[in-house]
Amino acid sequence: MTATATSHRSAVESGRAGFGQVLRAEWTKFRTVRGWLIATAVAVLIMVALGWLTGVGSHSSYDNGPGTPTVTGHPYVPLGPDGEAVNDRFSLVHRSLAGDGSITARLTSLTGAQVLLNHDDPSAPSETEPAPVQPWAKAGLIVKENTKQGSAYAAIMVTGEHGVRMQYNFTGDKAGPTGTVSAGSPRWLRLTRTGDTLTGYASPDGTNWTTVGTVRLAGLPSTVQAGLFAASPVVENVSQHLGGGGRVTGGKSQLTAGFDNLTTAGGFAGGDWTGTAVGSDDAQGLDQRGGFQQDGDTMSVSGSGDIAPDVAGSGDAMEQTLAGVFGTLTVMVVLGVLFITGEYRRGMIRTSLAASPRRGRVLAAKALVIGAVTFVVSLVATAVTVPLAEHILRGNGNFVYPVTGLTQLRVIVGTAALLAVASVLALAVGTIMRRSAGAVATVIVLIVLPYILAIAGVLPPGPSQWLLRITPAAGFAIQQSLPAYPQLSRAFTPAFGFYPLAPWAGFAVLCGWAALALAAAGYLLRRRDV
Amino acid sequence: MRSALHAEWTKLRTVPGPGALLVAAVALTVALGTVVAATLTCPAQGCAANLDAAKTSLSGVQLGQAVIAVLAVLAVGGEYSTGMIRTTLTAMPRRATVLAAKAVTVTGLVLVAGAVAALGSVLAGRLILPGNGLTPEHGYPPLSLTDGPTLRAAGGSVLYLALIGLLSLSVATIVRDSAAAIGLVLGVLYLFPIVLHVISDPDWQRHLQQIAPSNAGLAIQTTVGVPDLPIGPWAGLGVLAAWAAGALLVGGLLLRLRDT
Repeated sequence: MTATATSHRSAVESGRAGFGQVLRAEWTKFRTVRGWLIATAVAVLIMVALGWLTGVGSHSSYDNGPGTPTVTGHPYVPLGPDGEAVNDRFSLVHRSLAGDGSITARLTSLTGAQVLLNHDDPSAPSETEPAPVQPWAKAGLIVKENTKQGSAYAAIMVTGEHGVRMQYNFTGDKAGPTGTVSAGSPRWLRLTRTGDTLTGYASPDGTNWTTVGTVRLAGLPSTVQAGLFAASPVVENVSQHLGGGGRVTGGKSQLTAGFDNLTTAGGFAGGDWTGTAVGSDDAQGLDQRGGFQQDGDTMSVSGSGDIAPDVAGSGDAMEQTLAGVFGTLTVMVVLGVLFITGEYRRGMIRTSLAASPRRGRVLAAKALVIGAVTFVVSLVATAVTVPLAEHILRGNGNFVYPVTGLTQLRVIVGTAALLAVASVLALAVGTIMRRSAGAVATVIVLIVLPYILAIAGVLPPGPSQWLLRITPAAGFAIQQSLPAYPQLSRAFTPAFGFYPLAPWAGFAVLCGWAALALAAAGYLLRRRDV
Repeated sequence: MRSALHAEWTKLRTVPGPGALLVAAVALTVALGTVVAATLTCPAQGCAANLDAAKTSLSGVQLGQAVIAVLAVLAVGGEYSTGMIRTTLTAMPRRATVLAAKAVTVTGLVLVAGAVAALGSVLAGRLILPGNGLTPEHGYPPLSLTDGPTLRAAGGSVLYLALIGLLSLSVATIVRDSAAAIGLVLGVLYLFPIVLHVISDPDWQRHLQQIAPSNAGLAIQTTVGVPDLPIGPWAGLGVLAAWAAGALLVGGLLLRLRDT
C-alpha cells in the first residue's frame, strides 16, 4: 500500500503579483517618503528661481549714438515673413515691377573691403581698406516685396566662397554652380517672376542656362521691387574664456560687385534705378554704406550687411531661461539613485524581491514611477519658468528670439523628458552600483561635466562637439531653439548654445545611455544575490 | 585627539573604498588633464593670447574634485548609513573632536593624493604641450614648478582639492545622508559655472564669479591675465576656504546639538 503526498498549494491568486500591483507598490514607496516629496518641490523651485535670476540678471539698453540718452531696450530686430529674427541690411538698386517680369545681368567682379570704424566720430563717413571677399558676402539679383526690413524676397546671387545660391525669405538656401567670379570667368544670372513663383537661373555664357531653384512666395503683392543688391556680413573673431563663455569681436566688411549686360523684361517701371540702403537709419544714406554707379547697362553696387536669419548676438535664446535644469537634474538624480539604493541600505530590497520575485518587473516599475514623477514635476517647472523668465527678460529690455509654438513646446516638454530619462539613468546606475554616493557622483559627472567642459571653453570646439555627440550630455541638444544655418559664417559651437546633433538625435543618445544602463541593471539584479 | 585621529585613520585604512577612490581621483585628474592638453593645438603663427598652459594641464581637477567629494562625503555619510556613528560617538563622546579628527584625516589623505595628481598633471602638460606648438619660440617655456605662477597653480590645485574635501565632509555632517550630500556638493560646484554662462549682465557675472566656490577657488590655477580676473588667485581660494569653514562650523554645531 502506498500513500501519495500532495504538496501544499497556496489559495492566494497568483495574479496578485501582476505588474499593476508592483507599480502601485513602488508609487506608494515614493509618495510616502516625506523627504522625497520635499525634494521634488525643491527641484521645481530651483528651476523657477534660476530662471528668475537669469531674467533679473540680464539688462539691455542702448543709445542712438554719442550724446543721445541711453534707454532700456534693444535695437530694432527685424522679423522675417515666418516670424523669425533676421538680418536685413544691404544695398539695393531697384525699380518697381508690376506683374510678371524678368531681370538678367552678368556679374564680372567681386571686390572685398574692410570698413574702418572712426572711433572719434562714429557718424563720419567710414573709410575702407582692401580685404579678401568674405565667404558669405553676396551680390546678385533680387525681387523683394518692398524695401522694408524683413519683407519677403527671393534672390539669385554669387557668394564669396560658396558659389551661386538661390536664397529666399532668409532661411531658404539652394546651392547652384560652384566657383567664384572674375573678369576672366564672369557669371550670368537671371531672376524671373511669374505670379508668386520666382525662378533663379545661372549661366557661364548667357546662352546655356541652368535652373538653380524655383520658389513660391505666398502672398507676394502684384507690385514688388526688383533689381541688384550687394551685402557683406560682419567679420567675426571668436575667443573663448575659461568659465566665462566666449567673446565675439569683429568689424564690418564691404562688397563691391560689378555688373554689365543689365536687361529687364516684363512689367518693370521706366525711369532711373533707385539706390536704397535697406535697414539703414535715416541719417545714413546709401552713399555712406556703399552705393552704386551706373554707366549704361554697366553698374557697380557696394554694400555691407547681410540678408540672412539672425540666430545670435541680438538677444537671448529662450532656452537660456532654463539654466536651472542642472539644479533640478541634480535633485532628480539623487532621487533616482535613492529610489533603489535606499532599499539596499535598509535591507528593504529583500522584502521587495520576496514580495514580487520577478526582479525585472520591480526594476521596470521603479523606472516607470521615477520617470513619470520626474517628467510631471519637471514639466510644471519648465512650463512656469519659460514664460516667467521671458517676461522678466523682455521687461529688462532684452530681445528674446521668437520661435514657433512647436519649437517652444519641444524645448519645454523636451527638457522635462530629458530630466525624466536622466532620473531613469540614475536609477539604473544606482541598481548597478548599489551605493548612493558613488552612483550620484557617477551620473552627475557623466551628464554635467561633459557639458561644462564643452561650453566653458576648457576644450577646443572640435573635442567639445565630440563630447556632446557621445556622452549623455548630448541630450541637452533638445533645448536648442535656434537652428544653426549653414549659410551663416558664425561660430556654431557649444559655447554659444549650438549642439553638434539635432535636438531629437541628441535626446536619443541620452535615451541610449539610459537603455543600456537599465539593461545592465536588469541583468545584474537578476544575477546577483540581494 | 591622538586616539581619535588613530581611530579615524584605521577606519579609512581598513576598508577598500577610500584607497580605491584616492587612486581614482589621481588617475582621473591626470587623465582628463592629459586629454585636454592633447586636444589643445596651437597654430604655427602663434597661440591665442589667453592660452594658459598651466591651467589647461590642471583642468583635470574639474573631474578629480567629484571623486574627492565622494570620498569625503562617505567618510561621514558611511557612518550614518550603517549606524556606525552611534558606536563612534559612544566611544568618543566629544563630538567636536570626532569631526576634527575626521577632517584632519581626510584632508591629509586628499593633500597627498592631490599632490600626486597635480605633479602628474604638470608633468603630462610638460611632455605633451610642446608637441602641440606651445614651444619656447611661441613664448611658452616647458611647464616647471620652479616658475612662480605654475607652482602657485599646481600647489593651489592641491589646496583646492583639500578644501573641496573639507566642504564635502561638512555638508555630509549637516545632511547626514551620502546621496543628498554628494548631490548638494556637486550641485554647488557645477551649477555656478553654468549659471554664469547664461547671465549676460557683466556686474552680476563678476559678483557670481567672486562668490562661486568652484569659480573663485579655481582662480588659483590662472597664470595668464591674472589682473583681469574677477577675483585674485589667493583671494579666490580664500572664498572657497570660507565656504568650507562655514560648512564645517555649521556641521560641528549640528553634530553637537542633534541626536545621532
